[in-house]
Amino acid sequence: MKYVDEFRDPRLIRQASDEIRRLVDPSRPYRIMEVCGGHTHAIYRFALADLLPPNIELVHGPGCPVCVLPMGRIDEGLSLVDEHEAIFTTFGDVMRVPGRHGSPLERQARGAEIRMVYSPLDALKLARERPDRHVVFFAIGFETTAPSTALTLKRARELDVTNFTVFSNHVTIVPAIRAILDSPDMRLDAFIGPGHVSTVIGARPYAFIARDYRKPVVISGFEPLDLLQSIVMILRQLRDGRAEVENQYGRTVPWDGNLPALRALADVFELRPHFEWRGLGFISQSALKLRAEYASWDAEARFAMAGVSVADPKAAQCGEVLKGVLKPHQCKLFGRECTPEMPVGALMVSSEGACAAYFSYVHRRMAAAEQAT
Amino acid sequence: MCLAIPGQIVELAPGGHLATVEVSKVRRTINIDLLEPPPAPGEWVLIHVGFAMSRISDREAAEQLRLLAMLGEDAQAMAELDGYEFGPSSQ
Repeated sequence: MKYVDEFRDPRLIRQASDEIRRLVDPSRPYRIMEVCGGHTHAIYRFALADLLPPNIELVHGPGCPVCVLPMGRIDEGLSLVDEHEAIFTTFGDVMRVPGRHGSPLERQARGAEIRMVYSPLDALKLARERPDRHVVFFAIGFETTAPSTALTLKRARELDVTNFTVFSNHVTIVPAIRAILDSPDMRLDAFIGPGHVSTVIGARPYAFIARDYRKPVVISGFEPLDLLQSIVMILRQLRDGRAEVENQYGRTVPWDGNLPALRALADVFELRPHFEWRGLGFISQSALKLRAEYASWDAEARFAMAGVSVADPKAAQCGEVLKGVLKPHQCKLFGRECTPEMPVGALMVSSEGACAAYFSYVHRRMAAAEQAT
Repeated sequence: MCLAIPGQIVELAPGGHLATVEVSKVRRTINIDLLEPPPAPGEWVLIHVGFAMSRISDREAAEQLRLLAMLGEDAQAMAELDGYEFGPSSQ
């Protein structure tokens, strides 16, 4: 209960927590997956598990873009620097993701021209300022981020910027959820649906989870009270034997999504036949590639990239943690070889990664408690 | 990755596509093509990687700012906003 006092309204937090206790059947376990990495971060930061009965387990989902990206994609992206003297641009989260020959940040320290950008539009700006060089934008993210890449590509095409390409690692959340639902060791009872992805895709794409798999889905905001209220809504559905898509995040999530964003996605991208995810393997139609009309701006098409598969370091158990088979601290490297400062696996890199969130909040808190005794 | 930063629209740039936003006294240019109709000056939006993603109320903007502070991501959010380099001259 350490963090309760700093919540905006501790009384409402306690009410929601009490309501959860009233709703649970103590004789059965509840396994609820929070799909989004932002939720994972908030759950650890606010120690929400402490406010739940012990038979409710929150399972961390695949919604952390750098966590699910296989190492081969980083290596391929960086190969453009070595083989084509490209300037490599990407978001901050990707900079520290380990590749076989180092992370982008380490490569930058060794002299490669690698730039962190906050927006894909800044990568395009750089390309226009440096017509003598090729600039590649290493794009990553779910449907929250992909429309921004799409609009940047439309702009590049309008302006006919010929020294700019995108290496797309954009992925889509629904096929990943379906893969989890279809996996033989599936033991989930319900889903906390992602907030920001849903502002783009809407609530409608989750309907099959309730209809075909009979699992409740509640799209949630990011505040502690939002997450607890979402769990209350899930428990009510389970108690009543209902399976529905409900929206706790309010008017920012329209049923049909953000139409201009969906249009931009459809104009620029198409689904890949399959794409590799760390921990989940190859998933059909789960990622976005550039349409043929954009082949001149597609790094994979323009530089005839082969698509290599690279295994993770053997000792790291990122895949098992991603699948929920292991908790972060059960990985052999956790907190020793692999820390947020020196990550071996991608789940330790992003604040949305289960390992980084667990390390920053649970691990440090336990270490401080041990020192105090 | 999914960092969403609230910003208040100050003015729309001539020629469309872009607008000036203000957050905690920092002003920056963002792209507004994902919102239909375009936001009006005074309205609040959620910003992600340089693009306005959705319209929000004043109250939701204040809550989002507070949430970023509680998550320890407020400095990162301001660094991101401050780091946007594109603007009317580069479009």
